[in-house]
Amino acid sequence: MEYSTRTTAIGERGRPPVGTPDAQGLAGTSFKHEHLSAILADRLKDGFFEVHAENYMGAGGPPHRALAAIREGYPLSIHGVCMSIGGPGALDATHLARFRDVVVRYEPALVSEHLAWSSHGGTFFNDLLPLPYTKETLEKVCDHVNQVQEAIKRPILLENPSTYVAFASSTMSETDFLRAVAQHTGCGLLLDVNNVFVSANNHGFSASAYLAGFPLEEVGEIHLAGYSEQEDDENELLLIDSHDRAISDSVWTLYRDVVSRIGPRPTLIEWDSNLPDWPVLRAQALTARRIMAQHGISLAGELSHEV
Amino acid sequence: MRSENRLCEYAAAFAAGLTDPAIVAPEDVVATSGKGVVKRYNVYRNNVTVSLIDALADIYPAIQRITGVEFFRAMARFHVRATPPASPLLFEYGRDFPAFIESYEYARDMPWLADTARIERAWLDAYHAADLPALAAEALGGIEPTSLAGVRFKPHPAARIVRSPYPAVAIFAMNRTDGPVSPLCSSEPEDALVTRPEQDVVVSRLPAGGATFLIDLLEGASLSDAVAAAFQEAPSFDLQANLAGMISAGVFTAVQHGD
Repeated sequence: MEYSTRTTAIGERGRPPVGTPDAQGLAGTSFKHEHLSAILADRLKDGFFEVHAENYMGAGGPPHRALAAIREGYPLSIHGVCMSIGGPGALDATHLARFRDVVVRYEPALVSEHLAWSSHGGTFFNDLLPLPYTKETLEKVCDHVNQVQEAIKRPILLENPSTYVAFASSTMSETDFLRAVAQHTGCGLLLDVNNVFVSANNHGFSASAYLAGFPLEEVGEIHLAGYSEQEDDENELLLIDSHDRAISDSVWTLYRDVVSRIGPRPTLIEWDSNLPDWPVLRAQALTARRIMAQHGISLAGELSHEV
Repeated sequence: MRSENRLCEYAAAFAAGLTDPAIVAPEDVVATSGKGVVKRYNVYRNNVTVSLIDALADIYPAIQRITGVEFFRAMARFHVRATPPASPLLFEYGRDFPAFIESYEYARDMPWLADTARIERAWLDAYHAADLPALAAEALGGIEPTSLAGVRFKPHPAARIVRSPYPAVAIFAMNRTDGPVSPLCSSEPEDALVTRPEQDVVVSRLPAGGATFLIDLLEGASLSDAVAAAFQEAPSFDLQANLAGMISAGVFTAVQHGD
């Protein structure tokens, strides 16, 4: 089957690929159970929360109770991390059904997955692994995205990865690949600005040039996160997408640039380990919201320096 | 078909070294300007191994507390490399870890460690089990005395029993929290009952005959058959106390009707 001739009944072209029309200016954070009582005590106005779908694929118990309490007060983003959309094998039908069940149960405002793979040959590697960008992998990824969208009966947002290596066999740029996936499947894109910064450093390209080539019109959500530093074989800086600290000034600057070009988009602070107290996380979300308020209408050439 | 095979190669080649440090990055994996890919590929290898060891540490916190972090992570690393997860649900991972601990050369002087791990694994299963109400005491009272002997119960999805020839429940309880650890001078066998009667998982120690009684009931035996088996194993079996404990712990969700 040719991906290019395949039509999809969902994901109508030409509208912002976001679940709810009033969600554009939302700023949110990853939801961690440790923060539940602090969140419920201290309402985050115009906020939303994102969870990894897999953590809510158990039958019941405290995780669902915590998420239901959050869902009562906030829009949710369901972020899948294990679908292996970028893998060559068939999608795991059981996993796809579980993913659908989570979406049906929580009616999230946003649903997203990754341009990456995590399972192969019956083993789950628990990491977002890279793929070559070729005509063949494009066809496979489009097929997988279509399957997910058909299962949940709505478009997803596909996230750009952070990578540490590239493939000699790649014949397309990552931005062209993502644009083609969006065009062929009707999916939107989740722009992870930290991933752009990390990959740009690791592969020696300009983050601004990457963003200039990125189909920004398809962006339905933005991720921001912190990175850690290592060294490569040449003892040069290798950035790691670690989600374990505050967002760097460089990433805030790139974010401001993106927002000033495309306006507000639901923006999420990803913080998954070395968790801070809730007020620290909340403050990062409020910074994102302030940037959206100040730069959310087109202000080309008027970048301020106050973050 | 040829394209399909070629397509598959990148993942198979990339995956091979992720859990085997002897295998280097595949040829197709490159970095800009001809840079080396050893440390770069190692980032993925490290992410896989460390995150899976972390997953085992999350599932087995008492084991990690008993053995110490360094011992635990070394043991977990062997297990992760030998038995990586098949399911993308990490809360399903580590079911083979207790058996691995049992056969782990350096843990032989801690023969009770594997059963303690089995209680931790049961705890996580109970944590994620489906939400169903626990059987109320009144439900028993409403049964005609003449039909009480033949009654059977529907298990609550969270209920688990772990039998141990060691004091595994005491060891679990002492090491599952951050509280102080005191010397344990018991060599008594202990049977653990793991349930989730309301919101939280509860681990309790079963009295004499209690494990046989509940295992039989969980497997669908009638009340009279389960009582008989319990008395046979432990002449001191206290039916009233075991029934009361069974109700308060929420081992069952309903009385089975029919069949």
